[in-house]
Amino acid sequence: MAYALQQLINGISLGMIYGLIAVGYTMVYGIIGMINFAHGDIFMIGAFVSLITVLLLQAGGLMAGPAAILLVLLVSMAITALYGWSVERVAYRPLRGSFRLAPLISAIGISIVLQNYVQVSQGARPKPMETLIPGGIEVMRDGAFVVQFSYSQMLIIALTLGVLAVFTVLVTRTPLGRAMRACEQDRKMASLLGIDTDRTISLTFVIGAALAAVAGTMYLLRYGVIDFYIGFLAGVKAFTAAVLGGIGSLPGAVLGGLLIGLIETFWSAYFSVQYKDVAAFSILAITLIFLPTGLLGRQEVEKV
Amino acid sequence: MLNRRTLLQATAALPVALAGTGALAQGAPIRIACAGPLTGSNAAAGDQMKTGATQAVADLNAAGGVLGRKVELALGDDACDPRQAVSVANQMAGQKVVFVAGHYCSGSSIPASKVYAEEGVLQISPASTNPKFTDEGSWNTFRVCGRDDQQGQVAGKYIAENFKGRKVAILHDNQAYGKGLAEETRKSLNAAGQKEVLFTAYNPGERDYNALVSRMKEAGVEVIYVGGYYTEAGLILRQAKEQGMNVTLIGGDALVTKDFWQITGAAGEGALMTFSSDPRNRPAAAKVVQSFKAKNIDPEGYVLYTYAAVQIWAAAAEKIKSTDPKKIAAELKSGGPWQTVLGPISFDRKGDVTVPDYVFYVWKNGNYSEVKA
Repeated sequence: MAYALQQLINGISLGMIYGLIAVGYTMVYGIIGMINFAHGDIFMIGAFVSLITVLLLQAGGLMAGPAAILLVLLVSMAITALYGWSVERVAYRPLRGSFRLAPLISAIGISIVLQNYVQVSQGARPKPMETLIPGGIEVMRDGAFVVQFSYSQMLIIALTLGVLAVFTVLVTRTPLGRAMRACEQDRKMASLLGIDTDRTISLTFVIGAALAAVAGTMYLLRYGVIDFYIGFLAGVKAFTAAVLGGIGSLPGAVLGGLLIGLIETFWSAYFSVQYKDVAAFSILAITLIFLPTGLLGRQEVEKV
Repeated sequence: MLNRRTLLQATAALPVALAGTGALAQGAPIRIACAGPLTGSNAAAGDQMKTGATQAVADLNAAGGVLGRKVELALGDDACDPRQAVSVANQMAGQKVVFVAGHYCSGSSIPASKVYAEEGVLQISPASTNPKFTDEGSWNTFRVCGRDDQQGQVAGKYIAENFKGRKVAILHDNQAYGKGLAEETRKSLNAAGQKEVLFTAYNPGERDYNALVSRMKEAGVEVIYVGGYYTEAGLILRQAKEQGMNVTLIGGDALVTKDFWQITGAAGEGALMTFSSDPRNRPAAAKVVQSFKAKNIDPEGYVLYTYAAVQIWAAAAEKIKSTDPKKIAAELKSGGPWQTVLGPISFDRKGDVTVPDYVFYVWKNGNYSEVKA
């Protein structure tokens, strides 16, 4: 019981990070129907910006308390959002209206560019950082087994839920959200009705990148080691999560992330550690056979 | 030491002939070579090899050369890139080199050794520990360092002696270096009558090992042996301490880098690893270490290993009065022990040293030091 609870905590905090990244995939897909393969690398940029900010604050002797962590988070979100905006402007907007595969290839190119850019500018070696949020609480004790719930795990869960709440309000209750939903339904019609679709799409990328930056900061705080390649694996997992949850669906992305995190964790816990990815991807395949649009995805209606 | 991939280095190999000093020797000079990563991310090790080989050749020539002939040293730069290593090997063979002290990375030494075997060049590596180097090697492959599987034997024995009856988990990263190490450790631990509670692979490159850590916590693991590189080993240890486990982590020579401590922080206190004992402290090395120190060079890392490789070749050539690489190779295996700065060294029929030279190091306060038995 205690063991399962500990693994549940592990799985949820891992799944939350996947979910945050998955939201970025799903939003972009929803609005322009394209898989942004550079999104995992945007997440990596977010982690690096956070690390650099932490190091700068430490050099200035200011890295203390929750305020500093909040500052790191905001700086990372701002700068990473700028990256997200530039990527869209440089690599995707000129290709809008081109054939469907063009932006996809350009996304893969951007992914390689970002990886190499960080590799060259920051070096290829893993960058370690000491624990900024040490400690945790003892949830329960079962004989010699102590269930630990660390503060960094709590922060991840709380922050993810908070960010998603704000984000849901943004999409459902604000003019920007209305514009985004309109673009999603019919971009040409939306532009005829006076919505600046280019601006809306840019803002979608900016928001997606900011969420990836939150995930990157959480990742850095929780695991403490990053390198230029982390975006690949995390990106693949998050993309899987988005597809599992139903690509284009926001709650689906979070649900998919949680499921992937939990499947991986529980498979490692009770079966074999090395085949956890096989387990996660098998479940994805089986789900897609029975639910081709994912768990919460909507059926695409072919308009004639 | 380790099988590390490095970026392709565009730098071409630079053979540099060194003028011998000292006594006038008769006849044409004998050409030997030192090949290793003189550029690239392992350049520090390559530089150590160059220092050792240069000094060894200078000392040989000062003492009258080998077989009354002067020795000339050529340098090859493979940047730890397997492809470049092959072209360096061809270049050395083209220059009629009879013996190569090198290379550094196992990934370079192995392909280069095939070229050397074809071209009739003897090779003694001061640093390549992958078992394949001599297992798959031909008549010409030797090394003066240990093997990864010997490292595992030493680790397993140590665990059985020092952690008798404790619960041990053995993990590996499913790669050549890590898996080999973990399997050898398990073998020698089991041979000593102790059974591990968990033997499993983890996926390298990930950052979240909490599920694995909780699993070890549930099994009551007190000792974790990791066959793998420092990033993952450091993360596993960090997450284990974070989850409140009281464990000792033991690893191989891949942990001998300050980066390990940067990842673990205080959690790394007391972590153990196997590595060669420091040759600078051995009595046989005293005189050579003195002469290095006089030149303001610290003979750290692979300097003395490379020095010893050259010494062994010279001693065997003198003994059989020939520079024929094949004859020397046969003599190296049957003759010996060879007196070197590392102490006496004998080779088995594969070309490995007969007495593995691994000792334990412990992390304390961000530094590591030899564990005194």
